[in-house]
Amino acid sequence: MKDGVNGVALGVFVFFFLAVTVMGFLAARWRKAENEHSLDEWGLGGRSFGTWVTWFLLGGDLYTAYTFVAVPAAIYAAGAAGFFAVPYTILVYPLIFTFLPRLWSVSHKHGYVTTSDFVRGRFGSKGLSLAVAVTGILATMPYIALQLVGIQAVLDVMGVGGGETTHWFVKDLPLLIAFGVLAAYTYSSGLRAPALIAFVKDTLIYIVIAVAIIYIPIKLGGFDEIFAKAGEAFAQTNPATGKPRGALAPGEAGQWTYATLALGSALALFMYPHSITATLSSRSRNVIRRNTTILPLYSLMLGLLALLGFMAIAAGIKVKNGQLAIPQLFETMFPDWFAGVAFAAIGIGALVPAAIMSIAAANLFTRNIYKDFIKKDATPAQETKVSKLVSLLVKVGALVFVLTMDKTVAINFQLLGGIWILQTFPALVGGLFTRWFHRWALLAGWAVGMVYGTAAAYGVASPTQKHFGGSAAEIPGIGEIGYIGLTAFVLNVLVTVVLTFVLKAVKAPEGIDETSPEDYTADAGDPGVKDLPPVGAEAH
Amino acid sequence: MSEPTQGKQPVITPVRVVIALCLFAPFVAMLWVSSYAKVDPAFAGVPFFYWYQMLWVVISTALTMLAYQLWKRDQRARKGGDAR
Repeated sequence: MKDGVNGVALGVFVFFFLAVTVMGFLAARWRKAENEHSLDEWGLGGRSFGTWVTWFLLGGDLYTAYTFVAVPAAIYAAGAAGFFAVPYTILVYPLIFTFLPRLWSVSHKHGYVTTSDFVRGRFGSKGLSLAVAVTGILATMPYIALQLVGIQAVLDVMGVGGGETTHWFVKDLPLLIAFGVLAAYTYSSGLRAPALIAFVKDTLIYIVIAVAIIYIPIKLGGFDEIFAKAGEAFAQTNPATGKPRGALAPGEAGQWTYATLALGSALALFMYPHSITATLSSRSRNVIRRNTTILPLYSLMLGLLALLGFMAIAAGIKVKNGQLAIPQLFETMFPDWFAGVAFAAIGIGALVPAAIMSIAAANLFTRNIYKDFIKKDATPAQETKVSKLVSLLVKVGALVFVLTMDKTVAINFQLLGGIWILQTFPALVGGLFTRWFHRWALLAGWAVGMVYGTAAAYGVASPTQKHFGGSAAEIPGIGEIGYIGLTAFVLNVLVTVVLTFVLKAVKAPEGIDETSPEDYTADAGDPGVKDLPPVGAEAH
Repeated sequence: MSEPTQGKQPVITPVRVVIALCLFAPFVAMLWVSSYAKVDPAFAGVPFFYWYQMLWVVISTALTMLAYQLWKRDQRARKGGDAR
């Protein structure tokens, strides 16, 4: 690490940061609607986004700064096992091709803003809806905190943020400023701000990846050389475990883990409130399906990005904190000004998802806790006001989390969040296709999955941590090591199915379903689909 | 583009089976880890394990696009066959 502040890189970083700040505030005027005091406007951008805006928004949302830092960091640490992110993102798209258009249709027909809205309407159960909302908020909070960890990593490498000895206020000041600005424009512009900034973020990211994947291997003597060096490094014994550090291809034992992690993460991704927010903001059903055919571009980018982990090893980057490996690689390899561009890409890459996530969590709170339980007759204007305030609170909460607690706490919670959010799958996706499941059975299945997942994750030890040492544990009955979230999910489904039979046999009240079969296939322009412009040329 | 009520038309048609296969294929390929957990043959210095999965990003994209086109055609045909 160079001593002191890297002035040129910092200058470039600040320039881009200021540019997106201006954009964030101006975004409020972009496609401005007449009635801006509704949650549809602030929280879903007026449900008006077409294919490209949705693409950028989803990309900006799912491929976060944390992804950019954590995926190559995992490769840097252990090799092949970290590459599961690629099959994971491959499997996501066929999945959402199947179920998201149905969610879009039913949400438009009934004005649902969150997944919990849908669950409440479908199953007539406020309890189940509350469970889904609380899970969503709990899973999102640490995710926002990790975006801050991403910004911190970049600031650290640039030399601002200071060392351990600096006064805490001076050390955290840049982060506080970045966050204050983010909070202000999210408050004033809603979902339009991250949608607009996502353009800048993705352009920067694509440029940086393209340059990195060509320029760095040339400097390091080609991919042959990079993988040869990485292979050597992985073969060396890790003193903490007594086993080799990693491998270039997963061994027999790691394959179950690899496959279950890929599948479980793919199932979980679109349960996260922020991915649903971005989806519901799209203009028509076809926008979603068309997006599943262009979103894989990001998977390709993620794969290339993961390879940077090997380059960091080959370049001889040595960091104690694996999260710093990639920013450090950029600083070592790139000229200062381009390192600044790369850092800006990561930094802005943190702002976009943090904004969307806080909006999504705020919508959940407003619709499914405030309106359902606290103030039942809230007007749209009041809902919007509460949502705006909660989005601020959520961000402040995340900030306090990062500043006061150890980073590993945020990472542990994020790991737990993934396991938890997967437990809402049966209620949501099950509900989209069938009304067969009983609402109480779903609630019981959810509870079993949550408890099992949390307990199992608590029991995983690693060389550095006694608890929450990883997300994989032995699958009961099979004996292989697999992703805890997926095991919990299977348990969840089993409990749900068995209890549904029991509850149906004793004729427990089913609750009222306010949706009808044709709601799930309605498209923009169909009768009863509200608040939408007529289908334009773009829809076909 | 609403799916019409399934009156006379069968729910499962050859086209829909093809769509389902297109969407299902990536799951078989990616979850069968032992089929690609190896280093050789390398491509341009990148071990098999990595380039094979990146190749599947492209393959699965092509399959999803195909599924999307078939689905659109299927829907159009059904709409035409309806009252309109």
